[in-house]
Amino acid sequence: MNSFTYTRATAVDAAVREKSADDGVKFIAGGTNLLDLMKENIERPTRLVDINTLPLTTIDSTPEGGLRLGALATNADTAWHPEVEKRYPLLSQAILAGASPQLRNMATDGGNLFQRTRCYYFYDLATPCNKREPGSGCSAIGGYNRIHAILGTSESCIATHPSDMCVALAALNATVRVTGKNGERTVQFADFHRLPEDQPQFDNTLAPDEIVTAIDLPNEDFSQNFSYLKLRDRTSYAFALVSVAAALQLEGNTIKEARLALGGVAHKPWRDSAAENLLKGQPATEETFRRAAAAVLQDAKGYGHNTFKIELAKRAIVRALKQAAEGTQHATEAFKNSNP
Amino acid sequence: MSTSTTQAPLGPPAIALAPVGTVTLKINGVERQLQIAPWTTLLDALREYLDLTGTKKGCDHGQCGACTVLVDGKRINSCLTLAVMKEGADITTIEGLGTEEKLHPLQQAFIDHDAFQCGYCTPGQICSAAALLTEGKAKTTAEIRELMSGNICRCGAYTNIVAAIEEVLNTPKA
Ligand SMILES: Cc1cc2nc3c(=O)[nH]c(=O)nc-3n(C[C@H](O)[C@H](O)[C@H](O)COP(=O)(O)OP(=O)(O)OC[C@H]3O[C@@H](n4cnc5c(N)ncnc54)[C@H](O)[C@@H]3O)c2cc1C
Ligand code: SF4
Ligand code: FES
Ligand code: FES
Repeated sequence: MNSFTYTRATAVDAAVREKSADDGVKFIAGGTNLLDLMKENIERPTRLVDINTLPLTTIDSTPEGGLRLGALATNADTAWHPEVEKRYPLLSQAILAGASPQLRNMATDGGNLFQRTRCYYFYDLATPCNKREPGSGCSAIGGYNRIHAILGTSESCIATHPSDMCVALAALNATVRVTGKNGERTVQFADFHRLPEDQPQFDNTLAPDEIVTAIDLPNEDFSQNFSYLKLRDRTSYAFALVSVAAALQLEGNTIKEARLALGGVAHKPWRDSAAENLLKGQPATEETFRRAAAAVLQDAKGYGHNTFKIELAKRAIVRALKQAAEGTQHATEAFKNSNP
Repeated sequence: MSTSTTQAPLGPPAIALAPVGTVTLKINGVERQLQIAPWTTLLDALREYLDLTGTKKGCDHGQCGACTVLVDGKRINSCLTLAVMKEGADITTIEGLGTEEKLHPLQQAFIDHDAFQCGYCTPGQICSAAALLTEGKAKTTAEIRELMSGNICRCGAYTNIVAAIEEVLNTPKA
């Protein structure tokens, strides 16, 4: 780890001002991703501004009847919050499927959005990587790429966004509240992260000095028919190879409203509105689910070691939609179901 | 993408600490002041500055749980936080959970169940399990396994670790 100075933020706008004045500044929240990367010398900030002093830890109702998650609420406090468990159990499940109890106690909701890829070459300073060192090349294309992306890739980068929480937030149509030099704005969750294109060094669409203050969940009910299905190399404490957030609103056996987002397959949480439209108005049958799954993966591209993910993702989508339709992952059972 | 913009006034600037600063931590009930550089992790502060070597360094990257301690009652990985970030916090390490004369029930259960081999992961396992008990989320064996998954045991003593925790979980408090 390089040496740096440390300060504590006194106010949101002061923190923003500090960061815009000096690009060596980084905010630190839970520290679980930033310190890890600093120990590897991948991040080398000259000054850390500790934002844990900011009053952004609460979870409150919004005037519109939704729920506002403070950027500094921990992943654990969010997943176990009674309102989240009751109204947004898909989010609880996704969070509890990620990391470990210790890490979830440290990780913040804001920080989770900014976590960087787990691409092994990104972590290995000895190998070229366009995300770490723009223009140096991508070692994963043509290299070992079992954990890499199959959708929305580019010739510059095939990394995935590793978050579980963000997949649920994409499916739930969350909005991110952001403060920058020019004041506050809101960003639709789908517009928060970006595809690599020819600038994989940028994971998201925020300006470098913007700070996330909260994440808003809309007043929509997906608390009955939902599933977060995470497939990985061991049962727990591992990143997703493929994950699926599925949520339905049913009228009898007819799908009224559908949400479908995937993790582990792209540079951002992969929400597919076209596939959602294929589900709407249709009977909740395996046939319908298969059609949606095929649509999601129709443009998928494998890079060798990760080609298995295409079929895996299709099957995961069908299984998650089935679980959602059957309502087998109810709020009270959410935790039980994370132990398959 | 942007749907609303409001202008906010600027607040006061942040307070700067000198490169080496004083940090006050309450460790196992005793207040301790440390002169340390900001890049010192809580784990290194415990082991290198306070000689509390019960807390172990396994991976130093949040992947093994050997460094688990309780901060304000919550279990965290001390390798992924800075000591300066814990100013004023109440920290419990394995040294503070029990004494040789009066073992913590988990320490006794780990002995009774032979829940370790080399013992390197054990302080982290026990601190983690202590928090699991107070969290009150784990009720079944499967839930204990899931909520202990942040603690890796290289010797593979998992079966006995789970049995030890389960025994304490199911023992009514005296
Ligand atoms: C071993 C291990 C396993 C893991 N497994 C999983 C998993 O299975 N699933 C999963 O989803 N995650 C997993 N994680 C990742 C973990 O969820 C993230 O590291 C965590 O959510 C990051 O949050 P933080 O508060 O610690 O962020 P920090 O490390 O403090 O910050 C990360 C970045 O975000 C920036 N930042 C933080 N807050 C803000 C803000 N409010 N506004 C602007 N910028 C901000 C920081 O400047 C920094 O660049 C794992 C991590 C580890 C170490
Ligand atoms: S996939 Fe992206 S992060 Fe990984 S080596 Fe290629 S450019 Fe770097
Ligand atoms: S040493 Fe902290 S988790 Fe391994
Ligand atoms: S007892 Fe050896 S690592 Fe767990």
